[in-house]
Amino acid sequence: MRLDVLDRLAQFGRLGLGFLQSLGRSGVFLFLAIFSRSGFTGRGTLLLRQLYNVGLLSLVIVTVSGLFIGMVLGLQGYSILVHYGSEGAVGQLVALSLVRELGPVVTALLFAGRAGSALSAEIGLMKATEQLSSMEMIGVDPLKRVIAPRFWAGVISMPLLAAIFNVVGIFGGAFVGIDWLGIYEGSFWSGIQQSVDFVDDIGNGMVKSLVFGIVVSWIAVFQGYDATPTSEGISRATTRTVVYSSLAVLGLDFILTAVMFSGL
Amino acid sequence: MMTPIEHNKQSQTDNLVEIRGMSFYRSTRAIFNNIDITIPRGKVVGILGPSGTGKTTLLRLIGHQLQPDSGTIRVDGQNLAALSRDQLFIQRRKMGMLFQSGALFTDLSVFENVAFPLRIHTRLSEPMIRDIVLLKLQAVGLRGAASLMPSELSGGMSRRVALARAIALDPQMVMYDEPFVGQDPIAMGVLVSLIGKLNKALGITSIIVSHDVHETASVADLLYLLADGEVISTGTPTEMLNSSDPRVRQFMQGQPDGPVPFHYPADNYLDQLLNPEAQ
Repeated sequence: MRLDVLDRLAQFGRLGLGFLQSLGRSGVFLFLAIFSRSGFTGRGTLLLRQLYNVGLLSLVIVTVSGLFIGMVLGLQGYSILVHYGSEGAVGQLVALSLVRELGPVVTALLFAGRAGSALSAEIGLMKATEQLSSMEMIGVDPLKRVIAPRFWAGVISMPLLAAIFNVVGIFGGAFVGIDWLGIYEGSFWSGIQQSVDFVDDIGNGMVKSLVFGIVVSWIAVFQGYDATPTSEGISRATTRTVVYSSLAVLGLDFILTAVMFSGL
Repeated sequence: MMTPIEHNKQSQTDNLVEIRGMSFYRSTRAIFNNIDITIPRGKVVGILGPSGTGKTTLLRLIGHQLQPDSGTIRVDGQNLAALSRDQLFIQRRKMGMLFQSGALFTDLSVFENVAFPLRIHTRLSEPMIRDIVLLKLQAVGLRGAASLMPSELSGGMSRRVALARAIALDPQMVMYDEPFVGQDPIAMGVLVSLIGKLNKALGITSIIVSHDVHETASVADLLYLLADGEVISTGTPTEMLNSSDPRVRQFMQGQPDGPVPFHYPADNYLDQLLNPEAQ
């Protein structure tokens, strides 16, 4: 009995040590990738290509999701607020929900599923097919050539995608509220204008999406680089990217919300 | 103090790679156990040995993609373990490596794969890069495949493109990991001759890891035979082919029976077949 408890404790300790070791490795990995001189030309082109792959190609899923979420918010908000004769506040509800929470969080979750998993799979396959090794032997550091542009592309893309998500979502809410349910157009838009603060709401929302961009991109590139170079290893890395990113985004969202909005 | 001429003379006689007392383990299994290997400058050295003896691992250790558990590996007088990450990458520009799988960049065409090291490490003009790439592809017989993507190549062709890429910067040393696998007899002959020509014309030091005893012996100046984590024999191809050591004779002549086992270590065959529960 006592041995069993000790075994469990030892197992728990090993898990903790493994987690810390992995965190340390990923920290050093990120530091080497982004804080050292690249030493080669064409960095701009590489970043642009990754901005296209990571950012632009995520635009469709982000736009369509933003539109539907905005429409659903408009519909749900109207169905409740109409009982109190406050349907004019639907615009405020839609805008604040999107700008403060749903925009950054849902964009980050979609980004992890669409771009994060693709990044992990791509880097993992490059490892499995020895492309990263051959790059090393050519004298090119894959952390700078492969990892850094992908990481920065994710960090830059996320706030822009979240902003697009918010704008499209508000228009989705306006379409349902104004054009379908007949809310007075003036009260919808003026509600948004009066309630949404540029710094407290939009600014904090953008800070959130920037933090999510850093975390999701970091997890995605590290999981790909650290993947076991087999088909099963790449599959696990891709899954881990989506799971870890989603949990990290939701957990960080709670912490950031508590810090940013608790005083408002 | 040495004059530049004396220094050049000395460096010409130096060994390009010196491995001393090197051990390397995977978990508890010793891949190499206190081995010494010397690769003389300007020579073609063949590393032979049965499957699983760590020949590819040896190349990765020389390129410092893996780190030995003990001992030193010096390349061109430098202990790569003592270099910073940036210095290590600069040092690797002197080496070319032909990977077993080719390891071509799948998003780049054949031409761009060969041009990759030139674009990264030189400031050559575009016409100059084009000429060098075509020269290297002509040498491996694939100038006509310049516009193809790696997915359109066979395994043997991929390795030949990878060879063209490995020699694009005219490195001091080229490491070939199984260069003859998957090559048709014509390509095999051309490759053997190309390795010899590169060695003689450019003074490149070559390390060939291979199972193909006769092709390797035909081009190598020196052979090392690895087995059980140790260097079991070394010498010129003639010395090795005429060796009286039964382990060397078995490998060089491809005999199935001898002191080097064909089978991976396992329990008794009959016992395992007759007692399935014992497993």
